[in-house]
Amino acid sequence: MEGYIHSTESFGTVDGPGVRFVIFFQGCPMRCLYCHNPDTWPVGRGKKASAEELLDAYERNKEFYKNGGITCTGGEPMMQMEFLTALFREAKKRSIHTCLDTSGIVFGSVGLSEIDALLSVTDMVMLDIKHIDQKKHIALTGHSNERILAFARHICESNTDLWIRHVLVPKWTDDRESLEQLGCFLSELKTLKGLDILPYHNMGIEKYKQLNLPYPLEDIEPASMDMAENARKIILNSLKKALRRERE
Amino acid sequence: MFKEFAPEWEGFSPGRWSTTSINVRDFIHKNITRYDGDDSFLEGPTEATKTLWNQVLELSQQEREAGGVLDMDTDIISTITSHGPGYLNKDLEKIVGVQTDKPFKRSLQPFGGIRMAQQACKAYGYEVNPSVIDIFTKYRKTHNQGVFDAYTDEMKLARKSAILTGLPDAYGRGRIIGDYRRVALYGIDLLIADKMHQKQNDFVRMTSKNIRLREELSEQIRALEELRELGNIYGFDISRPAKNAQEAVQWLYFGYLAAVKEQNGAAMSLGRTSSFLDIYIQRDINHGILTEKEAQELIDHFIMKLRMVKFARTPEYNSLFSGDPTWVTESIGGVAVDGQHMVTKNSYRYLNTLNNIGTAPEPNMTILWSTRLPENFKRFCAKMSIKTSSIQYENDDLMRVTHGDDYAIACCVSSMRIGKEMQFFGARANLAKCLLYAINGGVDEVMKVQVGPKYRAVEGDYLDYDDVMDKYDQMMEWLANLYVNTLNVIHYMHDKYSYEKLQMALHDREVKRYFATGIAGLSVVADSLSAIKYAKVKCIRDENGIVVDYQVEGDFPKYGNDDDRVDQIAVDIVRRFMDKIRKHHTYRDSVPTMSILTITSNVVYGKKTGNTPDGRKQGVPLAPGANPMHGRDTHGAVASLSSVSKLPFRHAQDGISNTFSIVPDALGKDTRIFSGGLDLDALAEDEENESFT
Repeated sequence: MEGYIHSTESFGTVDGPGVRFVIFFQGCPMRCLYCHNPDTWPVGRGKKASAEELLDAYERNKEFYKNGGITCTGGEPMMQMEFLTALFREAKKRSIHTCLDTSGIVFGSVGLSEIDALLSVTDMVMLDIKHIDQKKHIALTGHSNERILAFARHICESNTDLWIRHVLVPKWTDDRESLEQLGCFLSELKTLKGLDILPYHNMGIEKYKQLNLPYPLEDIEPASMDMAENARKIILNSLKKALRRERE
Repeated sequence: MFKEFAPEWEGFSPGRWSTTSINVRDFIHKNITRYDGDDSFLEGPTEATKTLWNQVLELSQQEREAGGVLDMDTDIISTITSHGPGYLNKDLEKIVGVQTDKPFKRSLQPFGGIRMAQQACKAYGYEVNPSVIDIFTKYRKTHNQGVFDAYTDEMKLARKSAILTGLPDAYGRGRIIGDYRRVALYGIDLLIADKMHQKQNDFVRMTSKNIRLREELSEQIRALEELRELGNIYGFDISRPAKNAQEAVQWLYFGYLAAVKEQNGAAMSLGRTSSFLDIYIQRDINHGILTEKEAQELIDHFIMKLRMVKFARTPEYNSLFSGDPTWVTESIGGVAVDGQHMVTKNSYRYLNTLNNIGTAPEPNMTILWSTRLPENFKRFCAKMSIKTSSIQYENDDLMRVTHGDDYAIACCVSSMRIGKEMQFFGARANLAKCLLYAINGGVDEVMKVQVGPKYRAVEGDYLDYDDVMDKYDQMMEWLANLYVNTLNVIHYMHDKYSYEKLQMALHDREVKRYFATGIAGLSVVADSLSAIKYAKVKCIRDENGIVVDYQVEGDFPKYGNDDDRVDQIAVDIVRRFMDKIRKHHTYRDSVPTMSILTITSNVVYGKKTGNTPDGRKQGVPLAPGANPMHGRDTHGAVASLSSVSKLPFRHAQDGISNTFSIVPDALGKDTRIFSGGLDLDALAEDEENESFT
């Protein structure tokens, strides 16, 4: 079977451990205001590719990926559950490390057995928590975060390694209270292995122009490294506090 | 051959190097102290180093202000012994010697061509002494004059249209590495004795080949005598072997200095000296007569001298090479044929000069990279690359198979066994232009004159792949023939009028000669042929019917994306052109090779190449070396590198280069904002709160 692919990147160094072959899936239901890949939104477009074809491209250069593997991102890879699962299953047959970068938004709208089938061939998930606060999450993405948080818990229950990603957007996601709340939530996630703060940048503006779309965060300045570092510390401290409370 | 174990060798393990013949490799293997540790032992610059380097910076500043040249010799023809001693600061310099009688004064080297020497002076407001011009026009022929006496009209035209470019017909060919280590290990007297021995044997019949060899050996002996005299000029007796580290560095440097006093070559590379010199440093440190600080100082002063090497060159030459490069390439690291690495503390000290006296493009520090290099050394290289962007990397695992473990890089990628192999540098043929000649039946698309043979040009509005390939193949056949013959003329004359006697004196008698050809424009050719094959390419002709532009309709696979449809076209072109080169007679039984390595000159070649069927416009630079065209590799670095790595080394043995730059952020996560390897159990135990900024 084939999936709809936006593009591939042969030298991914920021999407999971090691050097990775990154597959960008086409299609996403989310409309995050800060999205820098609006060209991956439309469903059913892009280039058709088979699992074999993609993994062959990986294996031709596997020398480069010794400590890495493949990462599926997008778009939202879980919108193409069947293809995604087939791809990871084939990857595991070839002993390739599999990483899923997802918003988790699909959780709840597809069957649990399908989710578990996918997780059984997924070495790790990078889950993007856009906002811990329900209302702000809706304002930011157009969707509730309930399913996403539920998915995070489910990933841990199925004992799959988890990285949490959080985009730091000035005025939107950088208030101390939300960050602490996020840290508190993370303490529930027993298989949490990584926390990745992504400072918001506006390099997507050009793409919006090309697509004739209005850029929603026109008035927001990019986040600095210092701001992101600070946010990471707030989240981690809150996480530690929560863990200690829990164990006392 | 050697009657006794020289007293200067005390403490070294003997071997064939000390009993049988000149054999630096054997010396290294018997005496090397491999180092697996990290960089913590390294020392910073001494006060003397800082003072001297400030002086060099000061002179560099003055040179820039003076318009690029501080001083030029217009009277004294540069030879090994032409000048008295010159110093930065005699009291502070641990390693001495400059090309003329003072630093930053460029020497006069007319043997390659008197006109080039005159133009170089004129460009900076100097006039060569008329009597020197007289000598080199009336009485002493130059390499340049010899070449033009023998060039055919076709050769001159191909040169003018720039389908053959950068030919070393008016300047020194360079790319020869003398084994300068021999000077330190054996001293001049033993080297002369060895050359005398070579001359006394095996010349039964006076064939022209033997006569030439005898004459050359005599020249080499004379050069060695001059080198001994150069030592005397600076107050050193280098007739005997070096007895300590300082002498070893100094003796070796004298060898190199003599070479650059004698030759203004396009690339005057140093060889593979760091681990050789380490043996001397290690011996002195073991004997307690040298400290690490002093060892580093010796290397800092040596490297400083290499950075001061300068030649008188014309602005045109500098524009071809984007600056004024000397290509003092030093090869560092690598692995021996027995699998052990060749990294020593001195490999670290060389790289540490980039800390101590700042970054610089020269000497061109080149790591012979192997997966088997020690982990600590790999880390140090990475650290220094990040810090200085001044390190070049080459694939030792690939080259060792051909050249063993005592080879070095000349210029940027040309590999050769030190003292055993040399090359005839042959610039390059512009294959992109050749494709345009195929389309236009040998008419140059810029000059609008017939340069190539008058074959049938393409007809019709659209290019047909099979038709173009057929014509291209024939045009490459013509070009290969012309190219090899042009180089035959050049190297015959260079040997005759500007023989590298000192550098060849530091070689064995029987050397393997490589006939190094090169190509430019590979990615343009691959993409153009891909466009013709997978898209539709329409010809746009001028009023005379010459195709001057192309309209590409549709998309096509582009080289640099790990796509075999186009990558295999590039592979095929490389193999095909090399096979055509191989068909021809090469001067002095040299072994033909080919490189794909333009690092800077691709810009100038692009200026002289018209619109191409891949959509590239006239004047746009060709991609450097084997690089994909800028911006066309859209699948990331691995895919891009993968396309390049498909090119067959056996058909491009003189080297394949890929210029690669990447922003640090694209190399991984910043640990400031990423916490990997989290463990909630450990976090719960961790009492410390992270502090906020």
